[in-house]
Amino acid sequence: MSELNKTPLLEVRDLKEHFDINVGFLKTRPLKAVDGVSFSINRGETLGLVGESGCGKTTVGRTLLHLYKPTSGEILYDGKEIKTKADILEFRKKATMVFQDPYSSLNPRMTVADIIGEPLDIHKLYETKEERRERILELMDHVGLNSEHASRYAHEFSGGQRQRIGIARALAVNPEFIVCDEPVSALDVSIQAQVINMFDDLQDKLGLTYLFIAHDLLIVRHISDRIAVMYLGKIVEMADADEIYSHPLHPYSKALMSAVPVPDPNTARANRRIALEGDIPSPLNAPSGCPFRTRCPHATEACAEAMPEFKEVSSGHFVACHRVGELN
Amino acid sequence: MEHTPLLKVRDLKTSFFTDAGEVKAVGGVSFNLERGKVLGIVGESGSGKSVTVYSILQILAPTGKIVGGSVKFNGQELIGIDEKEMRKIRGNRISIIFQDPMTSLNPTYTIGHQLMEAILLHTGRNKKQARERALEMLRLVNINEPEKRLKQYPHELSGGMRQRVGIAMALACEPDILIADEPTTALDVTIQAQILELMQDLQKKLGMAIIMITHDLGVIAQLCDEVVVMYAGSICEQGTADEIFYNPKHEYTKGLLRSIPTDQSNGQKLVPITGTPIDLLNMPKGCPFAPRCDNAMKICLRERADRIRINDDHMATCWMNAKEASSEQEKQEEADHE
Repeated sequence: MSELNKTPLLEVRDLKEHFDINVGFLKTRPLKAVDGVSFSINRGETLGLVGESGCGKTTVGRTLLHLYKPTSGEILYDGKEIKTKADILEFRKKATMVFQDPYSSLNPRMTVADIIGEPLDIHKLYETKEERRERILELMDHVGLNSEHASRYAHEFSGGQRQRIGIARALAVNPEFIVCDEPVSALDVSIQAQVINMFDDLQDKLGLTYLFIAHDLLIVRHISDRIAVMYLGKIVEMADADEIYSHPLHPYSKALMSAVPVPDPNTARANRRIALEGDIPSPLNAPSGCPFRTRCPHATEACAEAMPEFKEVSSGHFVACHRVGELN
Repeated sequence: MEHTPLLKVRDLKTSFFTDAGEVKAVGGVSFNLERGKVLGIVGESGSGKSVTVYSILQILAPTGKIVGGSVKFNGQELIGIDEKEMRKIRGNRISIIFQDPMTSLNPTYTIGHQLMEAILLHTGRNKKQARERALEMLRLVNINEPEKRLKQYPHELSGGMRQRVGIAMALACEPDILIADEPTTALDVTIQAQILELMQDLQKKLGMAIIMITHDLGVIAQLCDEVVVMYAGSICEQGTADEIFYNPKHEYTKGLLRSIPTDQSNGQKLVPITGTPIDLLNMPKGCPFAPRCDNAMKICLRERADRIRINDDHMATCWMNAKEASSEQEKQEEADHE
């Protein structure tokens, strides 16, 4: 990864996204999908966002791009807050998204050329038809598709190739920043490496910045410069990718890292996993204080009272845990 | 006296007859499963790993048909026996847990009803005893408040809990073989760790054999004694877990192991397998992996390699080994001459 510029490209401050859920006649309750998340991403950097299903990682990605209207909090891009409709439209020329499922995220009635050309149409990024066509072919070339694929439909392609189409579409507006929401989890193992390498190459070639959302920790570690771990709508730990793998500090991160199945029999046999009891609580009934305390082997009464502060314990390593000092 | 393996599969072939033509989903698969062992079948989507075990249990979709081969369970041939006989084995001696615990449970019946159904069907227990057994099974898979769970419906349980119920159901009749078809793919990592640990514990406690189907080499490394690697409907490599991971001999297995990110691969490019998975309707004449193989030779495109023995615990269907084997033989002969 290239040299990192120290002014963040994207900054998120105390972002909250609450959905109103009907719980009775005319009665709603807030589901706190994202509950006070702050982070920043530098230009050319990849921030990995990991966590289990329901922890709010996808919602973070979507709220960032204003696909959901944030309940509260600030999103700053290049130092400027994204707020008005005009801001959002302008922002979407610089920030795009690659979705998880290459089967449902491509319109089956559109040809590949039209799928990739749609963002060009929306943002009126060409003068002549010829220019549009050239741009589409250039994008297809970027992601390793042939020009003869342009007039075909999405169903004629395999999963890996479909994901390439989705990536070409995300690149159409010449973005600086891409939210990658589980872009390889629907793909076969042998194809995943192809797509991951492509993300790497495109970053080098086009100077892209990624927010890489995934649950496969081996892949996130491979592609990310820094990693943030989410649990029940909050970021509980954030650090350099290697640091968080070798020295996780939050009890949840520790359990998560130890639960990754390692493809090596000797390591797997010797590996001591930290088994967590129980399941993730529903975000409708989030526990008081620290969200992890109901499954945490080290929880005390203090953990039930207040949410621990998200503080920097060593350079660039942030943790939200009351007992981080005594446990490590 | 000849030793009879618990399950002996020989040259099993299963095809699906579709409008587009015959899809040879499984094209001649052979393996043995010994009592109390864990066998892993690893492969990508379309490799035929699920169809192989569905054929063993004879639970194929209507278009699917077993077109050849033999499956012997405890010495008894299962292919061709009538459905009534098969039912005595399926769910009783050989049972299965499915990938998606949401769709494999019936949403309209309580957990208790579904658990007791299997017990009442296969054992001589009465309703009261069956309920006792169901409770015992729920406790065995570490479900809290088992009495309450019996009255609940599948949608009231979390994914991990539902998979525990699936395991409880599969183990209720104390099977000799438990088939697990991607049992943790739909689950989160920490829940996956819980379920894998549970399966390991139960396997030690109850001593059944397990066939573990997965695409995740990490799961295989953790759980399995022996491994079968499948590609495009046939076995490309087979051996003990250590042999497969530390001494892979088929180019596909090597590629698969290379393509996973590890501690060492950070900051480096991954080494992917090029190309796309094979179209089962248009199978090449030679090795099915040859079109994607970097080291493919002329013979690979012409004909398939037989099972080539690497050592007592290991075999692969890759011509690369034939070359090694023959050149070794030549060296040996030269040495003998001298």
